[in-house]
Amino acid sequence: MQLAEVTGTLVATVKYEGLEGVRLLVVQPLDRDQHPAGDMVIAADAVDMAGPGELVYIVASREAALAMPEPFVPIDHAIVGIVDQVVRS
Amino acid sequence: MKLGRVSGTVVSTINHPIYDGRRLLMCDLLDSAGVDTGGYLICVDVVGAGSGETVLILDEGTGARQIVGDPNGPIRAVVVGIVDEVTLDGEAVDLD
Repeated sequence: MQLAEVTGTLVATVKYEGLEGVRLLVVQPLDRDQHPAGDMVIAADAVDMAGPGELVYIVASREAALAMPEPFVPIDHAIVGIVDQVVRS
Repeated sequence: MKLGRVSGTVVSTINHPIYDGRRLLMCDLLDSAGVDTGGYLICVDVVGAGSGETVLILDEGTGARQIVGDPNGPIRAVVVGIVDEVTLDGEAVDLD
């Protein structure tokens, strides 16, 4: 799992079956110091509450689809939590 | 599996239910010589690892789901061990 910042939203009217009603957000993966790392990705919002500007954690690959109500959907990144705080020690 | 060092925790109240009540650790990834690679993973802790400890990280979904006992959990990285020692070519790796 990895930190990311939600930077935008995405609307697609035509989607593969199973993706109806799934919120899609543009997210920027972050490094450990919360600086942008790599290319932005489109992630499904599995908590249904994330929005632009928020720090979240995402899960990638097969596990992303499992975060959705219907587990066999073509999703490769999902937001699985909104981060309140990262405590570095 | 990967070698990591616990560098902090992630606090989250709004999350997928599979993460309810679970500790999330920020783990910096190490190479075979115990040197920080610059990468990191957010991991679920199931062994009680603490800050600064060298840990064994499972980064594979099926095994992770087996550990948390949910065949459909969106979970992938889990701290599954606290490393005492690594030897490479007969020499102990400096993990501090």
